[in-house]
Amino acid sequence: MDNVKPSVLRLEDITMQFGGVVAVNNLSLEVRKGEIIGLIGPNGAGKTTAFNVVTGVYAPTNGALYLNDNLIITNYPRGKMKEFYQGENKGKYTKSMILSPDRITKMGVARTFQNIRLFKDLTVFENVLIAKHMNIKANIFSATFRLNRKEEQWMREDAMSLLRILGLDKNKNDIASSLPYGKQRRLEIARALATKPSLLLLDEPAAGMNPQESDELMHFIGRIRDDFDLSILMIEHHMQLVMGVCERIYVLDYGINIAEGNPAEIQNNPRVIEAYLGVDE
Amino acid sequence: MTKKTKTICSIIAGLVIAAFIFYVGEEVSSSSMLRTVLQLGTIYALVAVSMNLLNGFTGQFSLGQAGFMAIGAYTYAVLTIPVDKKANVYYLYGIADSLADVELPLWIGIIAGGLLAALLAAIVGAPVLRLKSDYFAIATLGFSEIVRILVGSSPFNRITNGSLGLNSIPGNPSYYTPFIVAGICIAIIVLLLTSSYGRAFKAIREDEIAAEAMGIRLSTHKQMAFIISSFFTGISGALLAMYLGAITSTTFPIMLTYNILLIIVIGGMGSVTGSILAAFLVTAAKEWWLRFLDQTMMIGDFQVPLLRTGFRMVVFSLILMLVVLFWRKGIMGQKEFSWDGLLNLFKRVKNRLWGNSKKGGALNG
Repeated sequence: MDNVKPSVLRLEDITMQFGGVVAVNNLSLEVRKGEIIGLIGPNGAGKTTAFNVVTGVYAPTNGALYLNDNLIITNYPRGKMKEFYQGENKGKYTKSMILSPDRITKMGVARTFQNIRLFKDLTVFENVLIAKHMNIKANIFSATFRLNRKEEQWMREDAMSLLRILGLDKNKNDIASSLPYGKQRRLEIARALATKPSLLLLDEPAAGMNPQESDELMHFIGRIRDDFDLSILMIEHHMQLVMGVCERIYVLDYGINIAEGNPAEIQNNPRVIEAYLGVDE
Repeated sequence: MTKKTKTICSIIAGLVIAAFIFYVGEEVSSSSMLRTVLQLGTIYALVAVSMNLLNGFTGQFSLGQAGFMAIGAYTYAVLTIPVDKKANVYYLYGIADSLADVELPLWIGIIAGGLLAALLAAIVGAPVLRLKSDYFAIATLGFSEIVRILVGSSPFNRITNGSLGLNSIPGNPSYYTPFIVAGICIAIIVLLLTSSYGRAFKAIREDEIAAEAMGIRLSTHKQMAFIISSFFTGISGALLAMYLGAITSTTFPIMLTYNILLIIVIGGMGSVTGSILAAFLVTAAKEWWLRFLDQTMMIGDFQVPLLRTGFRMVVFSLILMLVVLFWRKGIMGQKEFSWDGLLNLFKRVKNRLWGNSKKGGALNG
């Protein structure tokens, strides 16, 4: 297996426990360069929690997370958690390293949200432009007194070309919350792409879309993967979409990874069918 | 409207305002209410805009403005009271030895007032900005009270003159000083708000979680907004000391913060032009237009009921309640003044007054 593509994201034994609830239990997952990976599971299975761990919103209770094979987050049960910890691999990890979401975004991980979180009262253009702020070199004084003209202009041009690529340039000056639903979703992706990610996390991108729209979305996801040289990890409930676009799929149920494999394998996996449909008594 | 006509309109409007200020400065007697309202309104406009920078644009609801104004005012006063008048001012407690010979130029005093306020904001901000919404408001409110009590307390007698306060503070070198200083400060704030950092502030206001996911570091950006807002609040405090000529710790009660909050609520949270407009409106209403409510009035032999000292504030509070109940977004909401907006307003008013009754009728069905 010497043609294996380099790993972009790797989770090792990630456990996330809130009080007595284990939301994600011992999840190991890998995204390789250029792959589109699906993360599926019934409601409350811990998919979004896993996303929040990857993006730094939550610090995992136990486990390690690697980006491009560099360890960036690791933790072990500490303090009160020492007694309460119900997950596995206790004692395997002994270091604690936690990063805030903005740092993780700067490392090239961008995300969208399950319930759209645009900057509602700002224009479409501003929404994308704000994502360009994180790489600003000028400090607050030179930015205020417009000593960074070139940089500002470059940010604007970049944001504009992104809007053009995603077909949102006509809505440039519209207030974000006034856009139709599908375009809001698209804007959220545009905003995420503006941070120049190498890994894109999509949290239910097709939620609330009709079959035709989600079909378009499927092609769109494939297209941005190629155009922006991305790896994509997505949570999705529309099975048609997931099966159509994902190369590998991980299935979570009650926080536990019950299956992984390519779409065909997943479709025929009895444990997955059981998790989704229940089992005959 | 084309861009060119808009620019011309803006230039004309700017000139008219400048001419008006100039006219009042040259022709109107110095004791007139108009002058008072213009100068005081300008100072309030500056505090309101800097409060709006933090509360309306960054979404961090601070109630510490009075405290930062007090710091700016006292710093300015302590540094600029003329040496030969110091013995008179500090007649009871004496003055700290290190300050006895200090008499700095006025502009240094103003900037020092802003800088000290900013420094304190930097120290207080690190722990306080970790708090969210109401807790942050309460913490800053507490800070403001602490400052007010400290400057009036005995350990600082030899610096702040304790409860006696400071007087003989050098006043405005000219009638135009507050306009120039506040004008420059507001211009800087507007430039900041339209820069990339200003956009980041707005992103934090809109959605902290999304802002963080876009790579905006919350702690440093909130800290920046807090420090800059405090800096300009300190400067406006210095301007207030300059205008009043005498200050005590009771010049900066919590009520002062609420007054400014009122201005930004009426003007619109997140609108610079709204804050400026409301600063003048509120100041004029409070100091001038509603004054008659405080005097007993006789129509023939009939004494108009209710009109007596203090009634002004009752009416004022009522107006406020009405604004908050029915006009929650204030005058401008989050928008800024624009000529198109003004034109639309005219059109709407025109439509409502004349014609369009057919269209309007359908709505009542």
